[in-house]
Amino acid sequence: MVERAEGDLLERFARGERTACARLITLAEARDPRFASLYDRLAARTGHAHRVGLTGPPGAGKSSVVDQLLRYWREADLGKIGVVAVDPSSPFSGGALLGDRVRMSSRLGDPQVFIRSMASRDAHGGLAHASVEACDVLDAWGAERVLLETVGVGQVEYEVSRVCDTTVVVLHPGSGDSVQAMKAGLLELAHVFAINKDDQPGGERLAADLEEMLELRSDLVRERALLGWKPPVLRVSAREGRGIDALANAIDAHRRELERQGAFAEVRRERKAAHVRALVESALHARFFGSGRGRGELGEELERGLDAGEGPYALAARLVARIAGEEPQR
Amino acid sequence: MSGEVPTKKIRVLIAKPGLDGHDRGAKVIASALRDRGFEVIYTGLHQTPEMIVEAAVQEDVDAIGLSILSGAHMALFPKVKRLLDEAGLSHVLLTGGGIIPAEDARALEAQGFAKLFGPGTPTSEVCEYIERAVRERSSAEPA
Repeated sequence: MVERAEGDLLERFARGERTACARLITLAEARDPRFASLYDRLAARTGHAHRVGLTGPPGAGKSSVVDQLLRYWREADLGKIGVVAVDPSSPFSGGALLGDRVRMSSRLGDPQVFIRSMASRDAHGGLAHASVEACDVLDAWGAERVLLETVGVGQVEYEVSRVCDTTVVVLHPGSGDSVQAMKAGLLELAHVFAINKDDQPGGERLAADLEEMLELRSDLVRERALLGWKPPVLRVSAREGRGIDALANAIDAHRRELERQGAFAEVRRERKAAHVRALVESALHARFFGSGRGRGELGEELERGLDAGEGPYALAARLVARIAGEEPQR
Repeated sequence: MSGEVPTKKIRVLIAKPGLDGHDRGAKVIASALRDRGFEVIYTGLHQTPEMIVEAAVQEDVDAIGLSILSGAHMALFPKVKRLLDEAGLSHVLLTGGGIIPAEDARALEAQGFAKLFGPGTPTSEVCEYIERAVRERSSAEPA
């Protein structure tokens, strides 16, 4: 009942208390003003975990694959694992039904595993606005691996590849042919392909199809990913637990390759920079335009410009100049 | 990071302890809560009290709704309450519904359970109750 102060929260977090870990994520999600300083104090302890994104169409079995990976890595006793599973928010009510835990039951009660469900709220691109912060909290908690599962409704959920070291695209025989995968931009995105539900017919064909497509577009794939890294196409069955070892090993191999090429630190650095850029963008927006019509330092100016019939580009340029403290150009 | 208004959504865990395999009621309540703007974590069937409390810890929920039809509520519900207190989550609103005789409901409420709901309760009543009770509790609690 008696809730403790923030300093105490970090202390409890440092002792490994799971309720403290959970509360930090809640503060991030709620955009609580106290989170900023807490996060900055945690940031020094992050950067260790291998961050693995899992994306793919709905029904591909992403949660089941996550569950099997949890089981594999925990049975091998390879350290703590954090999971952040994002499900969509209803655009109508703002509510969400988060059901990923239903499939992630094989390591329940394991104190080395921490699973957090998250609603996408107003974010797009398959993640939630606090997904990155949640991953960082779990990283600071001491996770060796943090798995980030996307919403899985859109074709392009490339956001995940920007915030993860390794991106796994999970497909299943019913999810369409390789042209669909190409359309969705998955070829450039994936470091590892997992063809799940290989206990059903069609897995072999989809795998062969993808392999062929990857071969044809190898120029593009190589450029996007690591030099010389060819995304493996692995057939798995989460239901039967088949092929999970190969998948886990491919994910770990990608991390080793990143480290070998010295890209692990670079990826992290760029990710931090992107995070700061996003924070700046969001703070600028809040300061200058507030959250509604006519709000913020420039909200009224914007309305006046529109009333005066000023062209959108000219108006935007003038507002940017105002922000930068420059003289209006004539 | 597009929005900037601090927002705290109410998070509710809907769980079915024990062995009965009927989760229609739980799903109806979960959907109703979602339609009212709650974030509902649904854990599925056959949950032990330990699993329920562990999920509540990780998900940092404001409320737990237990659904039970098997008649084992007097064995399972108090255990959930005890484990919840042990985990330091006594602030979490613990409610539930299903086939629960009135005297059992009274006994559980005396043990710290919030209101328990019987069959036929309109979902809006459950939603409104949870919303009001959580808001009251969180106004007593800083973060």
